[in-house]
Amino acid sequence: MHNFEFVKPSTLADAVAALGDGEAQPLSGGQTLIPSMKARLNAPGLLVSLTGIAELKGVCREGDMLVIGAATTHATVAADAAADFPGLAALAGQIGDHAVRNRGTVGGSLANNNPSACYPAAALGTGATIVTNAREIAADDYFQGMFTTALEEGEIITSIRFPIPQKAAYAKFLQPAPRFALTVVVVAQYASGVRVAVTGASEGGVFRWAEAEAALSAKFDADAIAGLSHSSDGMISDLHGTPEYRAHLVRVMTQRAVRAAL
Amino acid sequence: MSHVKMKVNGRDVSASVEGRTLLSSYLRDLLGMTGTHVGCDTSQCGACVVLVNGQAIKSCTAFAADLDGAEVTTVEGMANPDGSLGRIQQAFQDYHGLQCGFCTPGMVMSTAALLAENPKPTEEEVRHYLEGNICRCTGYQNIVRAVMAASGQDAGALAAE
Repeated sequence: MHNFEFVKPSTLADAVAALGDGEAQPLSGGQTLIPSMKARLNAPGLLVSLTGIAELKGVCREGDMLVIGAATTHATVAADAAADFPGLAALAGQIGDHAVRNRGTVGGSLANNNPSACYPAAALGTGATIVTNAREIAADDYFQGMFTTALEEGEIITSIRFPIPQKAAYAKFLQPAPRFALTVVVVAQYASGVRVAVTGASEGGVFRWAEAEAALSAKFDADAIAGLSHSSDGMISDLHGTPEYRAHLVRVMTQRAVRAAL
Repeated sequence: MSHVKMKVNGRDVSASVEGRTLLSSYLRDLLGMTGTHVGCDTSQCGACVVLVNGQAIKSCTAFAADLDGAEVTTVEGMANPDGSLGRIQQAFQDYHGLQCGFCTPGMVMSTAALLAENPKPTEEEVRHYLEGNICRCTGYQNIVRAVMAASGQDAGALAAE
């Protein structure tokens, strides 16, 4: 990979200042960024590590919210969110493999917004709030298509506020080679209704399935959506599955998630 | 260039690194510790797994400069103080848990991490934990046997056979 300068600030303010350099990019766990730099798909002039900033780490319950520092690893979320939000802990515990989970972070995943990543479904499916050094962004406004988010240049995610649902679960259909999701569905039930978010299926990245949300809000049961089918328009087509196959998976995995939540 | 200090297998080490120097390169090229293998170099095979501050990570997917001050354990640190094979290594030998041996350093380090957090894993837990460690000789049955034996459990019968 091309060489670069490296800094590891210990405060958020120093990290924001370092990212003012036009050639700079933030580095969290690096489980996506480092492979992409090796492939020369990415060549920053300066990497600003966020892993030395204590205020970006940790899992903390605040009322009916679970607040997770952006630089918290998947392994830590899997362990420390288990009591308050077991569905989220289970999702974190199935990302990649154990060595990846010890480095990869929730903030890194959300900033990258890979169309097959698990955390975007968790954030959109719970109506989470993405907190940055500059503002708070609702998940419904944050995701703007494959690898695209509302983040500005140099803006750093500091934490994510997940509303704790009454019931929630996710269902992941694994693509076994890279251990990415062919399709992931997160279903979360709140007093205000049910949210359903899907990753891995659409060319537009993570999305909500409004029709299923309405049916499940009326009756939270897998049979309530048995008659629904998602359109294959805009679904990803690759050697792992056709658009029609993915559209079918959306309904099947939503039903599995509902059954797991009940 | 920056100077990076670590404690590797209990020994204080330091070396000058570029920003792009990976932990795997720090260990192999700068310290001459070639026990850690680089298989795919794309974060998929797990051959390069080492322990950093007690946690298993892929040394090909972490920058040395990001790990200044870390305590690292590699396969070279898994032997007994007298140089004989450690418990996990001995189990891999006893149960023929390696064929070409290329993936073995990562298998041994992932096993060390697994047994540290789960001293008596079930066969299913072993298979789940090792899913990021790929053996291209496909010697998984004996690898799982070796891990069961290293945890002091019956390695005789595996459910998947």
